[in-house]
Amino acid sequence: MTGRNLVTGAQNTWCPGCGNFVIQFALKNIIQALEKEGVNLDRIVLVTGIGCHAKMADYLNINSFYSIHGRTLPVATAMKMANPDLVVLVCAGDGDCYAEGLDHLIFAAKRNTDITLIVHNNRVYGLTTGQYTPTSPLGFKGRSTPGGTVEEPFNPLEIMLASGATYVARGCTRRMDLLQKTIMDGIHHPGFAFIDVLQVCASYFNLSEYYDARVYEIKDHDEGDFEAACRKAREWDYNEDAPVGLGTMYRTIRPTLEKRFSAARGNEKDRSATIRKVLEKRA
Amino acid sequence: MLCGVRELMKEISVLIGGKAGDGINSAGMVVAHLFNRMGYRVYMYFDYPSLIKGGHNFAIVRASRDRIGTHRDRVDFILALNQDSVDFHKDLCREDTEILYDSSRVRAEGIGVNIPEILKAEQAPAVMGNSCLIGAFARAAGIEWEVLEAVFERQIPKALAKNLNIARRGFDEARECCRIEPLGSLPLPVISGNEAIGLGLLHGGLDAYVAYPMTPTSNILHFMAEVAETHDLLVFHPENEIAVILMALGLGYAGKKTAVGTSGGGFCLMTEGLSLSGMSEIPVVVVLGQRTGPSTGLPTYTAQSDLHFALHAGQGEFPRLVAAPGDAEQAFLWSSLLLQLAWKYQTPAIILCDKTLCEGFYSFNNPDATIPLIPANPPGIPGPGYLRYELSADGVSGMLFPPARETVIKVNGYTHDQAGITTEKADLASLMSEKRQRKGAALEEEMARLRPVEIGGEAGSDVALICWGSTVGVCREVAAGMGLLLVQPILLSPLPDREVKDALKGVKRLIAVEENSEGQLAMLLARYGIRVDAHIHRYDGRPFALEELEARVRGVLS
Repeated sequence: MTGRNLVTGAQNTWCPGCGNFVIQFALKNIIQALEKEGVNLDRIVLVTGIGCHAKMADYLNINSFYSIHGRTLPVATAMKMANPDLVVLVCAGDGDCYAEGLDHLIFAAKRNTDITLIVHNNRVYGLTTGQYTPTSPLGFKGRSTPGGTVEEPFNPLEIMLASGATYVARGCTRRMDLLQKTIMDGIHHPGFAFIDVLQVCASYFNLSEYYDARVYEIKDHDEGDFEAACRKAREWDYNEDAPVGLGTMYRTIRPTLEKRFSAARGNEKDRSATIRKVLEKRA
Repeated sequence: MLCGVRELMKEISVLIGGKAGDGINSAGMVVAHLFNRMGYRVYMYFDYPSLIKGGHNFAIVRASRDRIGTHRDRVDFILALNQDSVDFHKDLCREDTEILYDSSRVRAEGIGVNIPEILKAEQAPAVMGNSCLIGAFARAAGIEWEVLEAVFERQIPKALAKNLNIARRGFDEARECCRIEPLGSLPLPVISGNEAIGLGLLHGGLDAYVAYPMTPTSNILHFMAEVAETHDLLVFHPENEIAVILMALGLGYAGKKTAVGTSGGGFCLMTEGLSLSGMSEIPVVVVLGQRTGPSTGLPTYTAQSDLHFALHAGQGEFPRLVAAPGDAEQAFLWSSLLLQLAWKYQTPAIILCDKTLCEGFYSFNNPDATIPLIPANPPGIPGPGYLRYELSADGVSGMLFPPARETVIKVNGYTHDQAGITTEKADLASLMSEKRQRKGAALEEEMARLRPVEIGGEAGSDVALICWGSTVGVCREVAAGMGLLLVQPILLSPLPDREVKDALKGVKRLIAVEENSEGQLAMLLARYGIRVDAHIHRYDGRPFALEELEARVRGVLS
């Protein structure tokens, strides 16, 4: 153990009651647990996007890449390809990952890179002061939709199942212990792990009571059964009232991108020799 | 026209044309290699529309004793696989232009060969028709059969014997019209600008190449993927150009020297990532191959209209390198240099090229031995006290890549402190801006030592041509032929204004040659007080031909 203080001296600027505190606390515990398991802290890298969630990069005293809005996953994928020994964690927001960077999310699932994505899904844009996101319920009154939204939310879990994610789970900041366990399982999963975290936004969309009344821990569920996972994911559509299951919905094993990728590469390291060979062919 | 025996030829131009799918590009390469084998320096221009089958493709191969990088506005031979090759190129024909053609498909005067008949007799597929016409051409141009044989052996990997049989039949059916004198010089590699860029990047230390296909740089991606089959190189083609540049930054953070390739439209998508590179100080090299815009424009044709886009892309202010090589040797040299410099100064760098350079083929005299190695900056010192953005005299901080022992490495696109933690403090914001500015100043100083301006033509002439990028090929010949000075700033950011001004001392009349409509180089020069007296522009997607530019320069001077 290095005894490294996992929190930087940066001043925390999240609102009182923000669900991000819970995620930060969970991550701190997880990183300590990883170190106990023998993971060198120097190998851990956190990638964040832009939004309230992203301040995690400033607050946690680990390697970090504070990226731009929507662009966490290409960065994280590339790091893992560059060095498969890195433990790559990604924190992204729902606006960040489901709107601005949705293309990258689908491709990350398709590629099955061994990275762990935690989506801080507060179902509202916080830092830009309260507009609707892809998971806000129909009729949500935000500053860009004062009369209420006119489109249904989408269900990110269904998108991930359809895109080939090998670990699909949901957590909630109102259930920290379960959240911590779910993220840890995701990190241990050898492939792309997706965890949608229902996070309370204290200032613009406080759903504490709503979640408290509906969330439950998923039990007696076959995580390896894709059809069962789809049924579980569809139980709640992020719009109409329904029980909200928390925990792992789907888990399967598929070769990772980085493994397949390094198998297909050449091993000549002498640049001059390669250049010479190419030029000889073209003379 | 009847084929008459002509003098020995010192220089020759050949147009080979057919529809897309006929393999015109490869056929052009075989013709280029015939001349290469005989010791000539070659240049090939390839013209094709944006479609896969049909349409009209053509290549102009020019061979000369001297280094060349442009085509003429006349050809000595036309090798016609379709009627368009005769009908569309009447402007390139002179009295003594010989036409060799497939008599089953083309009506023309010259040497007709019934290609389908020969192919049928040899039970060969249609695509081998090229070999037949090339055989006929070799005979007509007085090229020894042995030369053709040797070239086919090297250039045609599949069904060599059959291709040779077909070529021989073409050879036997034609008659000699002239004789190309073999030179003593050894053959050189013939490579495209794209390949020169790829090889230069490898030379400079490239670890990874990421790109989404887009003309005219797709062939760099293909070339790199081929190299990666044997070389330890990471090549990846992700979902779009936004992912491309962000992946490059992820790779850079992990210590991999990375380049990306695209054209204007893809570069539009990359600009936010480019700005992140500037702020996070993660180096990346962007190969920006210009084509005719705006928007989709003429996707397979050339332009020099993205200079100001390259100079200003991305929000905010940060130092950047922009260099526009003009031929294969410059492309190799500057691709190597830019990768090395981007890593030394931790900035984005842009290799600004265009379709003419990217997809043109050049005799390549490897400049390896002349490339200066840029000594890298010392890395950071690992440990709990490490600061990714530590302040220093030249603004450059020591880099480290994870995992580094007991070290936290934080990069950030927000304004940040030395540790990489976000700040909104005014004094820190200006301090860190000044850090980046100092990098720009240090970079400028280093560039002065790297010959960032090429000077050619007639030293002491008081009339000068000034150009950038691929037009240097045509400008070199025009300047030499007309006794003018030629100045080509290869580096465009930071602009080596002192070197340009020194080169232009004593010049009374300065003519800018650019393949755009606004005079983008002239606008850049004006910022530094360098006044251009006359502009020659072309913006129809086609590169200047030698005689055309000569006439335009004469027009300006008269």
